[in-house]
Amino acid sequence: MNEGFDWNAAGDALPLLLQGFKVTLLATVLGTLVAAVLGLAIAVAGRAPTRFVTVPVKVVMEFIRSTPLLVQLVGAAALFTSVEPLTVGIVVLGIHYATYTSEVYRAGIDGVPKGQWEACRALSMSSRRTWQAVILPQAVRNVLPALGNYAISMFKETPFLAVITVQEMVFEARKYGGDHFAYTEVFTLAGLIFLVASYPTSLLMRKLEKRLGH
Amino acid sequence: MNDFFSAFADDLPQLRSGLWVTLEATVLGALLALFLSFVLGLMSISRLLLSRGVSRVVVEFFRGTSLYVQLFWLYYAMPPLTGYELTPLLCGVIAFGLNYGAYGAEVVRGAINSVPRAQYEAAVALNMTPLHRMRKVILPQAWVQMIPSLTNLLIQLLKCTPLLWLISAADLMTAIEKLRTRTGETLTAYVTLLACYFVLAYALTLLMNLLERSAKRRLGLASGGGSLLKSRSAVTAPAAGGAR
Repeated sequence: MNEGFDWNAAGDALPLLLQGFKVTLLATVLGTLVAAVLGLAIAVAGRAPTRFVTVPVKVVMEFIRSTPLLVQLVGAAALFTSVEPLTVGIVVLGIHYATYTSEVYRAGIDGVPKGQWEACRALSMSSRRTWQAVILPQAVRNVLPALGNYAISMFKETPFLAVITVQEMVFEARKYGGDHFAYTEVFTLAGLIFLVASYPTSLLMRKLEKRLGH
Repeated sequence: MNDFFSAFADDLPQLRSGLWVTLEATVLGALLALFLSFVLGLMSISRLLLSRGVSRVVVEFFRGTSLYVQLFWLYYAMPPLTGYELTPLLCGVIAFGLNYGAYGAEVVRGAINSVPRAQYEAAVALNMTPLHRMRKVILPQAWVQMIPSLTNLLIQLLKCTPLLWLISAADLMTAIEKLRTRTGETLTAYVTLLACYFVLAYALTLLMNLLERSAKRRLGLASGGGSLLKSRSAVTAPAAGGAR
């Protein structure tokens, strides 16, 4: 049966979708923050002098990175039923992406010239001060574009949160679509909203990457 | 926990068919994605503005709209709009193929551009036809560059297959979810499922390492034996793939 596109339903659903979009954005921003901070911690831990730290970190990271986010989300939500789904979602998203961002940081840290470490040693700086004042400021500037790319890609995976009943955009879309039998309209709109939001961001990232000479 | 594994043994046929659906979606989706990567990637380096423009629009469209939305659009939104209904598995294959094909196109474009300019010039100087040049000189070199990034995309594609559960294809996740609801062993069930995916991902990585080795050998580049067992490095994908 060919029913075509119902513009009324689309207009009707749009405010609901935009309402859900706020949650999508919130989850992306907080998830990115978790990933950025935790990824840095993992990258620094990965350079620890003892293998008792570096090997387990590497194994756990490889496991999280090779397994599906959706299963991790559903599993975490089923285990921590007393925690709010949005919180579970943000933490799981953050941890999943931290395994990627930590590699980015690692590359950034490796990119800091060796002479910088040696200079710190020569000035007998403490290792904490070496990281804080010399290594990280140089490393972080180089990795910002790559972190931005992961933020965009996380943004496009936030719909997974709908599965654990976080009321973000796709959750609203499925609900409205099911109630009013208007799946065509809501999913088309949801896709367009994603496109409109992510295209300018990726253009911006591209410009930033060019400027930093990558 | 014992309950779970005895139920696991009972459900082995369903689990096997679930695994089969997951693998089918991964392999067919990856093949479609690979085909589209090459078509769109080669179009994007063409001299014709029209072909570059079409490729750009298609790539940005499928990268910009979330995979989740694309899959649901194919499953829920297309039937009322067009009257055609696809099976869940086919929806998955098409959505995975289109989405990862768009990402792969960037990988192909980047790899071809990274072949040194002098190689083109030498091929032109030898009076090779454009097709011959591409097939014998440019692509074999670009292919070696592409494989690590394509491996990353392949693993990401595998990691998206649990989405099939949501559109009621009988994949691996569906089978294990059924087991979980029957036995009530939430933690064991999900850890088992994650372990299955980890093994699949590692097996695919090893296969791609083999492929990389043979591609390198064809170019006369040595690759150490250790490279065969190495896992992926996450950082190569965005570096070669450009903005995600």
